[in-house]
Amino acid sequence: MTDTFTFPILSVIIFVPIIAAVVMLFIDGSRRDLIRGIAITAATIVLALSATVYFGYNSQVAAVDANQAAVTEVGGVGMATQLFADGLRYEENFPWIASLGISYHLGVDGLNAPMVLLTGMVTVAGVLISWRIDDRTREFMAFFMLLVAGVYGVFVAMDTFVLFFFYELAIFPMYLLIATWGWVKLRQYAAMKLTLYILIGSVIALVGVIAMVFTADAFFKGDGAQVFEAAKQSGILSQSAGTFSFDMTHLMLAGEAGAYNVLGYAGVDVLTFAKLWFPFVFIGFGVLAGVFPFHNWSPDGHVAAPTAVSMIHAGVLMKLGAYAALRMGVQLLPQGAEVHLPWIVFLTLINVVYGAFIAFRQRDFKYVIGFSSVSHMGLVSMGWASMNIIGMTGAGLQMFSHGAMTALFFGCVGMVYDRAHTRDIPSLGGFVKRMPWVAVAFIIGGLTSMGMPGLSGFIAEFPIFQGMWAASENVSLTIGSFTLTNYYSVIVVIAALGIVITAAYVLRVTTQVFFGDFKDELYPEVGDIAITDRIILILLGTPLIILGVYPTIMAPMLESGLKPVLALLGGG
Amino acid sequence: MNEFHLGINLLAILPEIGLVLLAIVILALDLYWPESRRRNIAYVAAVGLAFLATLPVIFSPDMIRNIDPEAFGNGLLWGGMVRYDMLSQIFKVMVLIAAALTSLMAIDVKGIGRKGEFYLIVVVSTLGMTLMSGAADLIMAFVALETTSIPLYILAAFKRNDNKSAESGLKYFLYGSFASGLMLYGLSLLYGFSGHTNLYSLAQFLNTETFASNPLPALGAMALVVVGFGFKISAVPFHFWTPDVYEGAPTPVTAFLSVASKAASFALLARFFVAVFPESVVIGDQGLQAFWVQLAAVMAVISMTLGNVIALAQRNIKRLLAYSSIAQAGYILIGVAAIQANTIDGQSQAIAAIAFYLFMYVFTNLLAFAVVILFSESTGSETIADLAGLSRRNPMLALAMTVGLLSLGGIPPAAGFFGKFLLFKSAVESGMVWLAIIGVLNAIIALYYYLVVIKVMYVDRSEDENKPIPVSRPYVWVLGVTTVAVIALGTFAAQPIFIWAVESAKSLFAA
Repeated sequence: MTDTFTFPILSVIIFVPIIAAVVMLFIDGSRRDLIRGIAITAATIVLALSATVYFGYNSQVAAVDANQAAVTEVGGVGMATQLFADGLRYEENFPWIASLGISYHLGVDGLNAPMVLLTGMVTVAGVLISWRIDDRTREFMAFFMLLVAGVYGVFVAMDTFVLFFFYELAIFPMYLLIATWGWVKLRQYAAMKLTLYILIGSVIALVGVIAMVFTADAFFKGDGAQVFEAAKQSGILSQSAGTFSFDMTHLMLAGEAGAYNVLGYAGVDVLTFAKLWFPFVFIGFGVLAGVFPFHNWSPDGHVAAPTAVSMIHAGVLMKLGAYAALRMGVQLLPQGAEVHLPWIVFLTLINVVYGAFIAFRQRDFKYVIGFSSVSHMGLVSMGWASMNIIGMTGAGLQMFSHGAMTALFFGCVGMVYDRAHTRDIPSLGGFVKRMPWVAVAFIIGGLTSMGMPGLSGFIAEFPIFQGMWAASENVSLTIGSFTLTNYYSVIVVIAALGIVITAAYVLRVTTQVFFGDFKDELYPEVGDIAITDRIILILLGTPLIILGVYPTIMAPMLESGLKPVLALLGGG
Repeated sequence: MNEFHLGINLLAILPEIGLVLLAIVILALDLYWPESRRRNIAYVAAVGLAFLATLPVIFSPDMIRNIDPEAFGNGLLWGGMVRYDMLSQIFKVMVLIAAALTSLMAIDVKGIGRKGEFYLIVVVSTLGMTLMSGAADLIMAFVALETTSIPLYILAAFKRNDNKSAESGLKYFLYGSFASGLMLYGLSLLYGFSGHTNLYSLAQFLNTETFASNPLPALGAMALVVVGFGFKISAVPFHFWTPDVYEGAPTPVTAFLSVASKAASFALLARFFVAVFPESVVIGDQGLQAFWVQLAAVMAVISMTLGNVIALAQRNIKRLLAYSSIAQAGYILIGVAAIQANTIDGQSQAIAAIAFYLFMYVFTNLLAFAVVILFSESTGSETIADLAGLSRRNPMLALAMTVGLLSLGGIPPAAGFFGKFLLFKSAVESGMVWLAIIGVLNAIIALYYYLVVIKVMYVDRSEDENKPIPVSRPYVWVLGVTTVAVIALGTFAAQPIFIWAVESAKSLFAA
């Protein structure tokens, strides 16, 4: 935290899309090219800034690591919070509603920097793939820009209130985009279902966080007064900080010092705050990550959405759920995580296997991808549940990898559908002859999806399994008098089966859609894709290869971001 | 009682004096201006009311106190009839802004806009509301309430030749006068028990031994008063008049009724209960505060749930907003229930949440109603299905309505998010996490029907899509002001208004 003026790059990233949206609304709706121009300009600026943030952070990872080693050496209460606070870069922190302890606090650490980059990529791709939308282009682009701003806000928020603010902000434009520009047959139902599912999860989490703030406040005023003073001395909290605050650092410190781990919460002897609220917060956000049995909105939502929204939704928003579940759930309520993740892992297993099975059974091209997202996002949650550095890093990589991959998939599906006007897999075929670019991109995505070495999927999924295996000895689940031990290894074996099914459906779809005979009489107009589409495929496909070949570009960064969380969980 | 200082006493009721003068001016203009110029009366009323809204800010309680702290005392003026503190200040500003915007909104409505008496009655009703914000005496409270209500009965029936409007006026009058009667009975009981009419003396008396250990008389009086307030804020089970009156009354009247009358009633309600039945009043072993707080919690739950669930089935936009306003009253009652917090600070946070919520609700609901007025004046329809294609007929109007509905639903960046957040926060603070959970779940139900309206405007097609809906200059102003206010209150202006609300809440507890 410095007092000198620095370029508020994160705020600029959030506000460029908002300003673009407002400007568009004051332009005559019939000037579509001007509106598209504004949208792509804003998206490009945002991508450039995101890349700056990502690589800027990446260049500092060594310094962050060194500092982390030094802090870990000292140890003590507040160490994990110190690790977290020290790891933040590009910070902006202004009081918003000072009397309520709400501050406009943004920052980037190793965990969200990849997400910032991913959002930038998908934003550009989303604008490009929507290039030919002619129905109320102005409104479409404006709402899309608002959605992007909301997503960025969630990723970089370091204040829980700000996080919720942007989280809810993102949901409404999504509703309108799906309901208005989506697939006619399903859009109204799917849009409403998606919105309500996601909101219910998040508002209950919101109540939990409000309760958390009061608990932390009471703790810092009572038992934790010394910890609070010490944190002020060591600079984790600012000198002017009050005990009532929505700031993440503040709440994390309270959690680390045990504020949420006091027995007797809500009048029940064996209950603690963390134990009661963790499932609500984790699964509340997990809804957006498609955690079983709340994944139901996701395939319908993805299928109904216009291509750009499918891309940003499956590519970025589902990560937003997984990310928030980690940040607000595991990071703030670690004691709850230790109790509850050992059973939540079963839900993630169902995600992985069941999602893959359902995907295998689909005839609709887009539903295949929709269910595959459910399956892959299960792996992310499973990685969180491993609670060790290998598995969680894998989950972080999976977030990025799946984000780019799924956006690429939806892009491919959209390009095929735009020209063939059907997504029925058996009636397609031979598209490699007319759309070679799309076929190649889809195959790259497919190989990533099934975890082929050399592509990012392998780099992500292998550590998740490895981490789960390693965690197996340390985790046990007690139900009544019955104790389950060493079962993580079994879960790994079953989950690996999900990958086999993934391979099966990816190969099936690839064969049926892109190879075989091309039916000229059915699809006379199908030609190759436009230059904008090629940019999309390159933009989203390249990172899959780069990350697969050279994982060092992201893995150490994620590790540095995860260390504070792991320090809380008592592992390393 | 302090020494009477005329200057201070006059400054404290400057807005009220101004309202009386404005009423006279309007009456005169109505007589002297020919029919063709009478549309301008709306401007006179709006500008006058807007000007009066600045007076409480300029002549703030602090400023007046500084003139002569001795004579100002704790703000009880005019022999204890009114109290001029921050709470009455913020609510006076609210109702005056609401009245100003309502006057502008009525300007092009057929059968209303060119009638001077309409604005006259609005101004008189506003006078009652400003007095309600500051009333500190049983008699003043009742007189202010009636000064507010009687003009509203007339306004509801203003379109004499329209059956629905007449029905609406009559219904409102019958229910209203009955509720007033019950409330008056409750107030008279309080006076009968204590021999005091001043709210701040009553509490001290209730605490004495006169009641021995029997809390029933006091609780009975309280229950009767609750009926009166319940009617004014349209909380369940006193809500039956709301949908019919909202639907039948001319839309500007509905708008005015839904925000200004509600805001003033909550101001009086908060002052009344905090002053007369504070935490310290314990009769026997029955704490009176615990009683009305629990009553508020129960009413909050059923108002929210019933309002929202019935709203799901509505086809008429005004009826939808009526049920939504019942639900909104339920949310605000969460704040009333949260007054049971342990500390004065927690209690003021709860009242501040109420004040903030109403402040943003004024703009939000007026925004929604302004769109309804424009739409129905130009198409003659008030059904939700007819809003289809609005985003093609007038994109800006659709966007404004969207902002209003999102704010009602509590979605950022609109102000409703902050409003609801503050209410739920107070509930958690006072130990009622369950109430906050019910509140947020209700917010989701509500969001469903707001989203359906938004969907109709954006998604559904209609045959009239190429018929644009004109928006005249005054409505551009109304829509602009309310939209900007709703967004601002949800973002950068939240901080100052919230601080103001906290100050006003604290003034309620200052001796």
